[in-house]
Amino acid sequence: MSLRTNTSVLLGKELRTEFRSRELLTTTCVFIIIVLVLFSFTVNPGTEQARQFAPGLLWLAILFAASLMFQSCFLREQVNDTLSSLRLAVSDAFSIFLAKLAANTLFLLLTEIVMLPIFAVFYNIPVLPNLPVLVLVLFVGSLGIAITGTAISAISAQARMRELLLPLLLLPLLTPVLVVSSIVTAGLLDRDPVVQWKGIAFLGVFDLIFLTALWLFGQYFLEE
Amino acid sequence: MLAGRNGSGKTTLLRIAAQIVLPTAGKLTFPGAAPNTPNGRPGYVAHATMVYDELSAEENLVLFAKLQNVDNPAARAEHLLREVGLFERRDSLVRTFSRGMRQRIAIARALIHRPSVLLFDEPATGLDRLGITWLANALREMHRAGGTILMSLHGESEISALATRAVHIDAGKIVADTNAGGASLRSVLTFGAA
Repeated sequence: MSLRTNTSVLLGKELRTEFRSRELLTTTCVFIIIVLVLFSFTVNPGTEQARQFAPGLLWLAILFAASLMFQSCFLREQVNDTLSSLRLAVSDAFSIFLAKLAANTLFLLLTEIVMLPIFAVFYNIPVLPNLPVLVLVLFVGSLGIAITGTAISAISAQARMRELLLPLLLLPLLTPVLVVSSIVTAGLLDRDPVVQWKGIAFLGVFDLIFLTALWLFGQYFLEE
Repeated sequence: MLAGRNGSGKTTLLRIAAQIVLPTAGKLTFPGAAPNTPNGRPGYVAHATMVYDELSAEENLVLFAKLQNVDNPAARAEHLLREVGLFERRDSLVRTFSRGMRQRIAIARALIHRPSVLLFDEPATGLDRLGITWLANALREMHRAGGTILMSLHGESEISALATRAVHIDAGKIVADTNAGGASLRSVLTFGAA
């Protein structure tokens, strides 16, 4: 069976189980809203200071929410040892990663759709003028977070101190994504918006490198 | 048939045979089984159910049928649900099932791709008398059809009576082995039992 077919079947399973329980999406959305609202108390909405710090706070909130989301990504598969049944069933273990990666990216983007209007209101920063490019930055940034997070989630799920290990491994690895995404987003939300294509290209290259690494070494992350 | 005390290595051996755990040394193969073909992959029933609690019985079977390229997944799932006696509960989520029903769906999942090698880790766990009789008949049919079945069991039962070879292991080593039936087989299955 082809990688594409296995991935689509597994993605269907991921979406069905999540939309049935809505555990991840609800928790992540509530968490990200709380973080954004709490951060908003530290800056004056609409001021230069808000424009300066808000993009960084936005990406920090996304990063924290993502690390919360990834905790259960592979942990769920350990409840009934379903990871073993998946490994026995699929011809290419990369399809397990691809399906989880696609689901994580989708869940992260859905959370961002909920978050963006709240961000615009609480920080008094208009996001509509450059929305298409902002969506592109959110997509490439979230994809990078999801690729790295899915890989680290598979590694940490088998460790003893998994709750601690995931953020400890994930956050330093995602520092480049956090820094570049914040700079590019700050440029877009500025009074004189600038599209920093080099930054977007950097995020794209980051995604490509980590996806290739996942493809090459992913199967070893699943071994007992 | 694998027999032995708790911690003797039965589950580890079965997980190695299922290619879930890599052996530290050596190689384990089943003569005649082609591991790269869909039904060449072993069907494995473990202590855990290896199915999703948040999916229904039918959704679970269709999922694993699709992943293993089974022709007409829905029909195969329906056939197995009837076989294991869960057809009436096909739309119920697995998390609502009793222990015995979970074991039945676990067995159905292992059989979904018509494997030529079956690995069962104490398959009668949680099954009632009717379930054990059904399982014994199903195993007899699979064996008649040429399938290889390797299973671990504790002591004698209706299922252990089907064994054509019994191996008793202790601390990962074979301490008794017989191809014979009757008293000889029973002596290996109960070897070392208090």
